[in-house]
Formats: sequence, structure tokens, C-alpha cells
Amino acid sequence: MSAVVFAHHAMTPAERLRDAGWIAFVALVLGIPLIGLTTVDAGGRLEVATRFGLLAVFVAVAFAGRLVLRYGLDHARARRLRRVQAGTEADDGRALAQRVVTVLGWFALGAAVALPLVFSGNRYVVDTATTVLIYVMLGWGLNVVVGLAGLLDLGYVAFYAVGAYSYALLSTQYGWGFWQALPVSGALAASFGILLGYPILRLRGDYLAIVTLGFGEIIRIILVNWTEFSNGPNGISSIPRPSFFGLEFSRRPAAGEQSFAAFFGLDYSPMQRLIFLYYVILVLALATHVFVSRLRRLPVGRAWEALREDEIACRAMGMNTTNIKLSAFAIGAMLGGFAGVFFAARQGFISPESFVFTESAIVLAIVVLGGMGSQMGVVLAATLLVLIPEFGRNFAEYRMLLFGAAMVLIMVWKPGGLLSHREPTLRLGAAAKATEGGR
Amino acid sequence: MMLTMTGVHAHYGHIHALRGIDVEVQAGEIVTLIGANGAGKSTLMMSLFGNPRASAGQIVFDGEDITGLATHEIALRGISLVPEGRRVFPRMTVFENLQMGAGFAAAENFEADLARVFAMFPILDERKMQRAGTLSGGEQQMLAIGRALMSRPKLLLLDEPSLGLAPIYIRRIFQIVRELNRDHGMTILLVEQNANQALKVAHRGYVLQHGGVTLAGSGEELLASPEVRAAYLEGGHG
Repeated sequence: MSAVVFAHHAMTPAERLRDAGWIAFVALVLGIPLIGLTTVDAGGRLEVATRFGLLAVFVAVAFAGRLVLRYGLDHARARRLRRVQAGTEADDGRALAQRVVTVLGWFALGAAVALPLVFSGNRYVVDTATTVLIYVMLGWGLNVVVGLAGLLDLGYVAFYAVGAYSYALLSTQYGWGFWQALPVSGALAASFGILLGYPILRLRGDYLAIVTLGFGEIIRIILVNWTEFSNGPNGISSIPRPSFFGLEFSRRPAAGEQSFAAFFGLDYSPMQRLIFLYYVILVLALATHVFVSRLRRLPVGRAWEALREDEIACRAMGMNTTNIKLSAFAIGAMLGGFAGVFFAARQGFISPESFVFTESAIVLAIVVLGGMGSQMGVVLAATLLVLIPEFGRNFAEYRMLLFGAAMVLIMVWKPGGLLSHREPTLRLGAAAKATEGGR
Repeated sequence: MMLTMTGVHAHYGHIHALRGIDVEVQAGEIVTLIGANGAGKSTLMMSLFGNPRASAGQIVFDGEDITGLATHEIALRGISLVPEGRRVFPRMTVFENLQMGAGFAAAENFEADLARVFAMFPILDERKMQRAGTLSGGEQQMLAIGRALMSRPKLLLLDEPSLGLAPIYIRRIFQIVRELNRDHGMTILLVEQNANQALKVAHRGYVLQHGGVTLAGSGEELLASPEVRAAYLEGGHG
């Protein structure tokens, strides 16, 4: 390997201290007006007060932070250099990254399970977390179509809408429960996926994107205009909430029913329902994850990935690309439909307003930013894309600007997505065993 | 006769790419198709593979009419294609590429087939956990051939296997073609621009021009023929 070795001289401790000192000085200059001085309300009059203690802490943190960062960067560079020289950069780096992602995944799962218990009194946190999970689930669903099978779908929200409306109509018109309607709505969404899949079998890339975009709009426009069916722009309201094995989450349950709080001898609190909903979507999302990860290891999953890589080679392998595409569309649509059912049940009210193109775009952005085909990347990107606008609320009208800037930055920094490494479906140990058997 | 194409026509949209082709391949033969760019060599191979379908004429493989079958059905009958430009799955590992080649059936043969391919191409064994996109062109071509062999084909179609490879790999690829035929009894239909090399390894060859066969004969006959020499061998191609 002809790696160019840059003569990067190692910094001496004195240089490090001087470097950090400079940063601390800049922090001091910036900090005096920002932190050191503050206005206080003294009996109707504004007075300037000083906070030099806080400023000192701030400067110290900047100094120490710079030292640590510098040291960390140099250390990382030295290690990378050594690896390049040893010629094993790619393997080591990937294995390490993979371990980190796995640990992060378990950590995220633990945090997700514990979150509503820790924040059991905070409605805002639980609500936002639920929204994150809806997007994670949508992202995982679309990941099958876009990330694995490589079919660019700009109308994914259509399946979300089909799921939501089928639950809304089944429950309000026919009195179906959440758990009864869930599989039926999923199947309905899947059949819409196949319906969309057929006419576009021969399309690829940009052309496919245009047709799917149109499909998404058709569904929304039908929902707006077919008033007798969908109640048009007024939407469908008082959609029943899911119950906990027949126990309702309400202060005064309907006649003959028992409420969750009464059954468990608890005081009624609206948070119980929110936390329950949170766990429902968590379970749905985890089931989705397990399902998709399994599929990836099955022939159909590998066929999707092969299709993404090269359609002509797929045909040459004797694969039926029609079935592969339709199965990707159907399964992606089904998962979107499940998310839609949950969305309708959580909101209690849906209207075509919830299923505009922006939703498709956000879900697609989650998949692309996360790194096509990466399950953990979707979680990371969904969290970021839901939380950035939430934090951005402090910036009022600059919120969407911030959102856009964050997306641009992520793409500049990581063009392949946050977690773009593709994990082989087979590890070396297993593969070695497989080949030894044949010798 | 393993493969008989009789009066085959094919169209790409309005372009009449094949105009009544008659080609035969016997079991155990290497047959090569040579001709200039756009003569219809690759089209012939692709329409044999059902993409595009032949618009007229008949293709019989192993005693069965496969003219109207879909591509994947043709592949399942024992024809395997090494596509032009190699077309390995770049983000998948070498091992996964070979797995894809094995298809869905015959899982019990997988290990034996894999061992056979690794014995033929030891470099693939060394690199089996590497992403296929990181292999060199020649290694990718070996992978593409190995992948095609994983499905235990009766007839192997090679579309321009030497295209864009370094000279050392071109020699190696033709050597592989010869070995496959001689040591493993593989029947091979080879499309090549490199007429000289192709005619040297082939038992028989066909010269294509404007969608039709203009000359046919054994490899040596064609190599010696003045028309072939003038058109394909002495124009700086050799």
C-alpha cells in the first residue's frame, strides 16, 4: 500500500497548554458579555450584575475541553496512521465501529424501556418519545424499500394513510378494536403496496420516484375529496384508543367495562394511557426491527440487496425480479400501515392534513441520513429529525432553517449517512465453517 | 444439440437488432461470437436469456423450447450468464456474491460448489469477507464467473469477459475458459471483441454483422479466413 505518510509532528505538552490557553482566552473574551454580565430586575429597574464565578468555570471548561479534544484527535490520528501502515485500516475500523453501534443499540433499548418510568410525570417527554418511535418505525418500513431493495419511494406516506384510515373506519364504523384492526390494516396497506408495485415494475430511479410521488398525492386527494367515505378534510374524530387486554384507560369506563386504573387499584391518571401507548409503539417498533433483521438474513432479504446492487445481475442469477420488487413494496407498505394504525389510535383524530408529502420527505430523509439500509442509523436519524425541530422551538421562526441546516451539515459531514457501513449477513466464523465442510 | 437458435429476430424498441440468427451449440463445446460493436453479439446472448424476448424464431435448449420463457425461468433450466462489465454486487462480500449465485435451490450442494469455485479461484477464498466492489477488475471477473458457476449451469454464457481488464488478466481469463471446458466439461458460449484470443480457445465461431451471421466455422478456419483477418484481426485488434 502506498499510503502517503504526512510528517505530522507530535505536539509537546507546552504547545498543548499554549493551544488550550488561546482557546480559554477566546472563551474569556466571548464570555464576558455573554456570561459575565447579566441584567437583573431590581425593583422595576434593570441593573447590570456580574457573574465572574460562572465565567471562570466556563473558561476552565473550555481550557480543559480543548486539551482533551486535542489529545483525543492526535491520538486518533496516530492510530489511524499506524493502521494505514499496517494495511488493516478498513477491517479494524469497521469491526470497532460495529461493536460501538451494537453497544449503543443496547444502550438505546435500555433507555427507551426506562424512559417513561423516569419521566412518568412529564407528558411532553413521553409524547415526543412516542413521536420519535413512530418515525423510527416508519423509517424501518421505508428502509426495506429504499435502503434494502434500492427502490426510491417518495410516496411512502400513502401507506401510512391507508393504515390510519383503515383503523379509523373499522373502529368508528364497525366497532373493531385496535388489536383486531392492526393485522387487517397492515394487510390492506400491503395490498396497496402491491397495487402500486405492479405498474412501476419496469421503472427505476428518478422515474420510479415521480410515480410514487404521484401515488402518495392520489391517496391524499382521494381522502380529501371522497367525503362520504373519509369525511373529507374534516377528518375522522373520536377514534377509540387501544385498551390493555380489554381494560380501558378512562376515568369513567363505558357500562360493563372496567378501567385500567380501577383494575390495578391505581388512581386514575391520563399519563397511564400515554405511557401505555408509548410501550405499544415500542413493542411494534422492536417487532419490526426483529422482523426486518431476520428477513435480511433470509434469501428474500439478500435478493432485495442484490436488486439494489444490480438488477441485471439479479436476472442473470435466475432471480424473479418481479416478485422481489413486489415483496419489498408489500412488506414496506405493511410496516407503514402498522405505524398508521398506531398513529390514528394515538391521535384519536386523523385528517388528510397528516399525510402530506412533507411526511414522506421526512421519512425518506431519516432513511438517507441514517445511512441506507442501516437499522441503527434510522434510529439515530429519526431521533435527530424529531428532536431538532423540538429544540428549535426556542428559535421560533428560525426553526425550520435550523432543521435544514442540520440536514445539510449531516450530509456534508457524512455523505453516506450517519451509519453507512453495511454489515455482512454472514460473519467470518460461520463462513469459514461453511467452506471447511466442503473440502 | 444443447442449444439451437433458428431464425431468431429481436428488437430493442424500433431497432431491429437481430435479423434471423441461426446458431447452434453442442454439449462440451466452446462457441464464440465475434463481430464489431453493435453487430448484435450481446443482443443475441441477451435474447437467448429472454431479455429482450425473441420477436420471431425459436430457441431450443436441451430439447425444450425456451423462446417465450421469462429470464429467471431460463436461468433455472441451467443457463448461467456472466454479464458484460462483470456486474458483481459491489457492497456485498465475495462470499455473499457467491451465495447469490447459488440461488434458492439445491442448498445441499452449496458447500461442494463453493469449494470447487474456491479451488478454481484461490484469490476468492482469500478475499471472501471483502466487499466485492473493492476487488480489482480481474478479480471481479473471476468472482462473476465463480458466481455463475455456483448455480451448476449446463451452459455458461460469457459476455465480453476480457473487456477492460489488464493484459495479464485477459490471458488468465482465456486460460480459465479453456480449463472450464477441458477439465470440467463446461459448455461455453463466448461473446468477445478480442477475436484473436477468442477464436484460439473456441472450437467453433460465428461472425456477426448487422444482426446476421455472415460467417461460421471452426476456430482455426475463421482465424485463417481472409475476411476475418481483414475485419477483426489486422485492424489493430489482435
